[in-house]
Amino acid sequence: MRPEGTSTLADDVLKTPLYDLHVELGAKMVPFAGYSMPVQYPMGVLKEHLHTREKAGLFDVSHMGQAYLSATGEDDVARVFESLVPGNISGLKPNAIRYTMFLNDEGGILDDLMTTRWAVRENTLFLVVNAACKDQDFALMSNKLAGRARLDVIEDRALLALQGPAASSVLAGFVPEAAEMGFMTAMIADYDGVELFISRSGYTGEDGYEISVPADKADAFARALLAHDDVEPIGLGARDSLRLEAGLCLYGHDIDTTTSPVEGDLTWAVAKARREAADFPGAARILGELANGTSRKRVGIQPEGRAPAREGVEIVDADGNVIGKITSGGFGPTAGGPVAMGYVTTEFSEIDTEVGLSVRGKIMPAKVASLPFVQQRYYRKPKV
Amino acid sequence: MMDIIKYTEDHEWILVEGDIATIGITDYAQNALGDVVFVELPEVGANYGKGDDASVVESVKAASEVYSPVSGEVVEVNTALDDAPDLVNQSAMDDGWFFKVKMSDPSELEDMMDETAYDELVKGLS
Repeated sequence: MRPEGTSTLADDVLKTPLYDLHVELGAKMVPFAGYSMPVQYPMGVLKEHLHTREKAGLFDVSHMGQAYLSATGEDDVARVFESLVPGNISGLKPNAIRYTMFLNDEGGILDDLMTTRWAVRENTLFLVVNAACKDQDFALMSNKLAGRARLDVIEDRALLALQGPAASSVLAGFVPEAAEMGFMTAMIADYDGVELFISRSGYTGEDGYEISVPADKADAFARALLAHDDVEPIGLGARDSLRLEAGLCLYGHDIDTTTSPVEGDLTWAVAKARREAADFPGAARILGELANGTSRKRVGIQPEGRAPAREGVEIVDADGNVIGKITSGGFGPTAGGPVAMGYVTTEFSEIDTEVGLSVRGKIMPAKVASLPFVQQRYYRKPKV
Repeated sequence: MMDIIKYTEDHEWILVEGDIATIGITDYAQNALGDVVFVELPEVGANYGKGDDASVVESVKAASEVYSPVSGEVVEVNTALDDAPDLVNQSAMDDGWFFKVKMSDPSELEDMMDETAYDELVKGLS
């Protein structure tokens, strides 16, 4: 076999403010979206994954793009922003967060992102977008919203994710109010003179937070979190298996410009009010698909054996005809076996439909499975 | 006669006992792969030439081919790996062996590295 060797860092690869900490912790660093990022720490992907589901994991997601979008005139910035996305952004209460996506005029997905209506600044949204898409996203907003909104890219903040059932009790040790936050809400907190933007959100299927912290304070804050017995550093490897088990899409793999939100089974992110107004990019196609269905659909795929089915594996019917393709797949440590998702022609998209996976020239049995593979455990605020 | 262990540049080890070669991946290889979650073993009775794809080892990160380092017929496979693929991580050089080949050309072993040479190779990689 030929295991990958230690990769040397090219000069043009960017580092996050936590780079030195990753190296000190013994991380295996890999290039990802232009940054040198930790794929795993000495604990290893499997244990990192399980630790996150059991206690709490700390992820460096500073490579992702953070920005403010502010209205330049009297219009609600959320209304202005809605011209690029199908979500109900204008209905967001102050400090509320929503998952949405940038669409092109054909209804293809340009990127998916988190949008927060920023309470401390007049008529402003706080956005977090994918690292690999951020330049394109920022250009899109600057061009399409010119004259109506101003984009301020945040270059001087790191982004940490603290995820897992112990995340709340850990963060409460720094910011007691964080434990009381509702899922998909944000707050600004002061910890020891450091301004933190805390969002109760994440991409692991667990309760947790994403915390934007000034770049020059990020190392100290990450070390303070890691000093807690329940917290371990977690790399991109486990981040991927955690989000896959949670049934969450990875942009560029499970969704991209060739997939619409309807094909991607993300119709819940196409808001009712927006459907009625039909005022988002690609509305004609997407409303047509909502009415008439699509020829293919994203589904969960459960291989029946032990062999993982990875991205690119063809999905076949009983006669061996290709009916789709795996877009994310691997081993799910919590599921205890292989898990995958992909696209199949719609007639094969019913749960429990038997399909085959063409792996290394052999057909392995599999079934269409409901997502997520591991129950999401987001925080639900007790009703008073 | 003492057992002989040889190594390949592809990080396989070969334990030679008479004309039977037991093949596995090295400790360096299992460490580079990370947690092994599945091993696809060859069929007993299959014939391989030196360097043919014989097996696949899947870690949480990726799938990697394991080549048959010698020519011959597969006479036994380590079925314990079906239920416990992590034996490759726990015991790469012993319980985590992959398959045994009845060698058709033992002279293929001659060019392979001994432990000292392999240790040098690994030292150069880290």
